[in-house]
Amino acid sequence: MWNEIEGAPREELERLQLKRLRDTAQRVYHLVPFYKKKFDELGIKPDDIKSVKDLSKLPFTTKQDLRDHYPFGLFTVPLDQVVRIHSSSGTTGKPTVVGYTRHDMAVWIEVMARTMKMVDVGPDDVVHNAYGYGLFTGGLGFHYGAEAVGGAVVPSSGGFTKRQLLLMKDFGATILCSTPSFALHMAEVAKDEGYDLEKDFKLRAGFFGAEPASEGLRQALRDAWGITYIEAYGLSEIIGPGVAASCPHGNLHVMEDHFIPEIIDSDTGQVLPDGEEGELVFTTITKQALPIIRYRTKDITVLHREPCPCGRTLVIMESVKGRADDMLIVNGVNVFPSQVEHVLTKVEGITPNYVIVVDKKGVLDKLEVWVEVDERTFADGIGALETLKAKLQNEMLNELYINVRVKLVEPKTLERSMGKAKRIIDRREAEGMAS
Amino acid sequence: MSSKYAVKQLSIFLENRKGRLLEVTEALEKASVNIRALALAESAEFGILRLVVNNPEKARSALSNAGFTVKEQEVFAVEVPDTPGGFCSVVRILTENDINVDYTYAFVGGGEKAVLIFKVPDDLLEKAIDAVGAGGIKLMEPMFFYE
Repeated sequence: MWNEIEGAPREELERLQLKRLRDTAQRVYHLVPFYKKKFDELGIKPDDIKSVKDLSKLPFTTKQDLRDHYPFGLFTVPLDQVVRIHSSSGTTGKPTVVGYTRHDMAVWIEVMARTMKMVDVGPDDVVHNAYGYGLFTGGLGFHYGAEAVGGAVVPSSGGFTKRQLLLMKDFGATILCSTPSFALHMAEVAKDEGYDLEKDFKLRAGFFGAEPASEGLRQALRDAWGITYIEAYGLSEIIGPGVAASCPHGNLHVMEDHFIPEIIDSDTGQVLPDGEEGELVFTTITKQALPIIRYRTKDITVLHREPCPCGRTLVIMESVKGRADDMLIVNGVNVFPSQVEHVLTKVEGITPNYVIVVDKKGVLDKLEVWVEVDERTFADGIGALETLKAKLQNEMLNELYINVRVKLVEPKTLERSMGKAKRIIDRREAEGMAS
Repeated sequence: MSSKYAVKQLSIFLENRKGRLLEVTEALEKASVNIRALALAESAEFGILRLVVNNPEKARSALSNAGFTVKEQEVFAVEVPDTPGGFCSVVRILTENDINVDYTYAFVGGGEKAVLIFKVPDDLLEKAIDAVGAGGIKLMEPMFFYE
């Protein structure tokens, strides 16, 4: 364990949570007009919080709220105290922005160090970090965490699979950080390139996150690389990776001395008891720049409070089972259908009929958008249509941060191929990846 | 007001999918529409079928009802001698008048004549027709294609 609080008695943990929750409530109530208004509407004052359970009286925060206050409207500190800004895709048009003070960075590094400690990453380890560096929190989150525990970080970022394999072999990487699908893709490329995965690589563990992974995929990664599989869960709105991490016993522990989780009924907003499935909600209780009260993740899961053989008393969350909205995760990147629609409307001035098709290309995901060419958009010229297609692809990359293949199709293609109108076709069969 | 030499052409968007061309032609056959001239442009994923038919209105509604995306365009047609230089004579006039040709297609009209169909930018259609006519090229009236 990196920090003894991870194994503290529940009463001690809850005392700490209550103090931090009350401080955070005071902070947002007095510094963020959005929260003051929300608290006042519900007739609640920060002082009304007498126990951690009172959290359920506080208002929710949604991704839309972040968007409505773009870029810094929910920050509680002026920019001169902010030392880092990250951003992820929004649901449409504007991205979601998150900021960190120096203190917030320390919190992030702390929870990432705890994550690393799940398999005792330390000075003897070479940590190959294949998460994307940049606005996405994955790359830098793992980078700082691995450095904090003394590992030698190789900041390779994503892509360039063959070069990554060469570096992993030559540098003797012992730890891999990547999306599960990219790790499997690397294993397949390595075999094709003639590597002997057992002899040529020294990997002992991998930190996988940013997208769901079936048990089949997890086992395929354990088998292919001969590694311990550690799940890393996080989202930039809360801090990035480091919100929860799985211990060697496979239990995904939430760092609840910093982020309090709740499970609610997505429709009614009512808090559900442990063991019941619902939408995961987080309240940050130590963040300064962007504290968030009851953020609705839209991730569907279950919480358990039971002793873990690893000694941690932190609440256990099950791996995310699905989404309460229509968000797609494509190669670790969050994609909302509304973003696709936004691009189509922006480029064409109208909203044509479209279908989003997610499929597997090898082990990686590929995203296609089929756009129906109707009488309003049909320009009589191959060149004009090719230009339209290229422009749409380019705008999608700008908006979604991933490559999208646009296919121009005849009207009613969808009905013909699916039998009924449906906006999203997800052809990925998670279990199929295990083969 | 378009020129009396403007000919209605139908452009049909087609995915490159097996049987799709057959479905277009069957729809026209069922509607008793006769195809007078045609050209098919293609890219890797889709194509555009361009038709001049004997009854554009009927063809258009038959194709729309069959679920095709159809666009009506105005083109012009000329008749030239089916001899070397026949096509060149029209292109030369258009070039001299700075009129870019979007696309063109032709058919041999029987006897020693060939019929050429030209699509130019819409705002240059009238200028093109005037220039070609003034150049002594025989323009075809739409009635030549229609019933």
